Amino acid sequence: MIKTIEELRAISSQKKASVEFRHPGSKEKDSYERHVLVCAGTGCTSSGSVKIAAKLEEEIEAKGLKDKVRVIKTGCHGLCALGPVMIIYPEAAFYSNMTLEHIEKVVDEHLIKGNIVTEYLYQETVTDAGVIPMNDTDFYKKQHRVALKNCGVIDPENIDEYIATGGYEALYKALTTMSREDVVGVLEKSGLRGRGGAGFPTGTKWKFAMGSEGQKYVCCNADEGDPGAFMDRSVLEGDPHVVFEAMAIAGYVIGSNQGYIYVRAEYPIAIHRLEIALKQAREYGLLGKDIFGTGFDFDIDLRLGAGAFVCGEETALMTSIEGNRGEPRPRPPFPAVKGLFGKPTILNNVETWANIPRIIMNGADWFAGMGTEKSKGTKVFALGGKIQNVGLVEIPMGTTLREIVEEIGGGVPNGKKFKAAQTGGPSGGCIPASNFDVQIDYDNLVAIGSMMGSGGLIVMDEDDCMVDIAKFFLEFTVDESCGKCTPCRIGNKRLLEILEKITEGKATMEDLDKLEKLANLIKKNSLCALGQTAPNPVLSTLKHFRDEYIAHIQDKKCPAGKCKALLSYNIDPEKCIGCGLCAKNCPADAISGEKKKPYTIDTSKCVKCGACMEKCKKEAIYKK
Amino acid sequence: MSSGKKTVPFQGTKEQEEQLQKVIAAHKGQRGALMPVLQEAQEIYGYLPVEVQQMISDEMQIPMSKICGVVTFYSFYSLYPKGKYRISVCLGTACYVKGSSQVYEKLQQVLEIGEGECTPDGKFSLEACRCVGACGLAPVMMINDDVHGRLTPDRVEDILAKYE
Repeated sequence: MIKTIEELRAISSQKKASVEFRHPGSKEKDSYERHVLVCAGTGCTSSGSVKIAAKLEEEIEAKGLKDKVRVIKTGCHGLCALGPVMIIYPEAAFYSNMTLEHIEKVVDEHLIKGNIVTEYLYQETVTDAGVIPMNDTDFYKKQHRVALKNCGVIDPENIDEYIATGGYEALYKALTTMSREDVVGVLEKSGLRGRGGAGFPTGTKWKFAMGSEGQKYVCCNADEGDPGAFMDRSVLEGDPHVVFEAMAIAGYVIGSNQGYIYVRAEYPIAIHRLEIALKQAREYGLLGKDIFGTGFDFDIDLRLGAGAFVCGEETALMTSIEGNRGEPRPRPPFPAVKGLFGKPTILNNVETWANIPRIIMNGADWFAGMGTEKSKGTKVFALGGKIQNVGLVEIPMGTTLREIVEEIGGGVPNGKKFKAAQTGGPSGGCIPASNFDVQIDYDNLVAIGSMMGSGGLIVMDEDDCMVDIAKFFLEFTVDESCGKCTPCRIGNKRLLEILEKITEGKATMEDLDKLEKLANLIKKNSLCALGQTAPNPVLSTLKHFRDEYIAHIQDKKCPAGKCKALLSYNIDPEKCIGCGLCAKNCPADAISGEKKKPYTIDTSKCVKCGACMEKCKKEAIYKK
Repeated sequence: MSSGKKTVPFQGTKEQEEQLQKVIAAHKGQRGALMPVLQEAQEIYGYLPVEVQQMISDEMQIPMSKICGVVTFYSFYSLYPKGKYRISVCLGTACYVKGSSQVYEKLQQVLEIGEGECTPDGKFSLEACRCVGACGLAPVMMINDDVHGRLTPDRVEDILAKYE
């Protein structure tokens, strides 16, 4: 049990050197000669990092290195595309694409003899001048980690390591040296805005809930439903205590003693680590009764979501915690007045919470010193889709899309051309190449017809059809609409039907007008954010890629070659060598010809499965 | 409740029922306990057929209409049993732009079942999901707890053959 700051600092000073040791160029010494950090986030776990860590420990034991080398399973390092990754300190050698077969050599060469196995390193770190630390590579150079500060550095299943990074100091500082108004003042001055999507100023939100007396609640929205986004999951997996600490600070400010974390059931690793962290925080008395002997009580419970996108909307989330169908309710009253179980409640997103203890410790000016005029601090993005370095990045607000895609992300693979980036998931929009140099912040993204959203950033190339993408998102929102209000339930379905008509080549130009009118109608009249933003992918693709819509309608062509109904497969007689492989693999008997002469496809029989194109060794088959 | 999907009759055991009773007792008096109870019930039975919902309704004194409403609202709850191997194909955005829908179509062809269905021998069940978080490996599918990444329709049959 920790009752005083001295007890907390005793743990911190005992473990500090060991955690500091894991930074490139660190001067700290540890009782172990080397630390091996194996990424155990969901991305690397999926590619087998848990087995790698086990094998590593086995080898270390067998070769008598147990007292010299420590293996630590951490949260996400960000470069998910190269998983499983592991980093060995003090050299800060960044090993990527690890396999079980590589382990022995790394142990023998690096851990025993001290020779880095450069062939297994992330090749960007291998230069003529020697091995450079990962922080100097293009992927990491422009990043600035605030919310992800501890992810990939500490052992998330050990509370002492969090304490060693200064953890729970902010809670102590708030409880003992700051009034409730002081804390809100710092947050307001810092300019922190909600990272869940809408960007509402966090300090203002808290202030609304301070006024009244009686039972209140603090909630954490960890229902990260936006497909392709995994920022919140990475924080929970890599640094769970930061969320508890921030929620406890909010509890002190608004006068609440109970918090809830609503986390997706699809995140088993995050849930597991949250459970461990909760147990440890309670054992230390950093959650529970009389925290730091100040008389302040605060505890947190987990609630698992059950796969409903709408529950990311704050009122729906609370309805779900209450044990009901997760349907939203009209606002006002806002949750700060009447929220969970009818009591005043504040709800913030995981990434927002992760910023708060750091703002309390470093001050409002430090945070406000990063970012743009109206968007302060940093933002975490999950890069995905047609991009080289798929993974998690944290950048100062105001970084341009070009920097993110070309420099940090390493560009579009396979020599393809960048077409658009999609931000904000099903609620957001597409940013075309012409907006490549817009500085990313809340207001600029809205101005160009997209939105920040929670931070998913999916890159698309010339092979992606923007009408098809709009249809894909509409299918998602139609599926996820809760059905409570008519514009969203029926309107989005009609919107999807028009899009289907367009992609099948059956639409007229009148349908295009109807599409636009209906989309605006749904935006204005839906009950919650899901419906109000569902037409965004349609409107933004219409704004930037109207010519593609027109090509589908007037020319009956899909320029990207994606929409099946508008495609035909053809054989280039110049390239065809008449091997007959295509005809053999055609399930519809649509291909005929004589051996050694160009074959032809009967388009009336063709089912457009693409099997011929996959099999052709001469690239003689093309879609148009 | 919709029907017409391939399914099997309810075969709950006494032990499972006792486990469920314990779960309900543990959540007694807690606010908003229905969802945690349903989640644990699904872990016990593998799915939530009407029979299980009825037991929960009786024990927790919550009307069937409400329980059924909650079960059908959330995609995580299943009214049908799952196969010995549960396949879920990610149709999240990152996987979609990398071609997961072709993989999904191929699985339907090979297994001859549709979304949410189970093969008649109870071996495989198929569902689509939204983002398992392994976007670095896109397109991906999960078979029980194994993640298979960087898929192409070609590889589907070989992967299925590994599951006996």
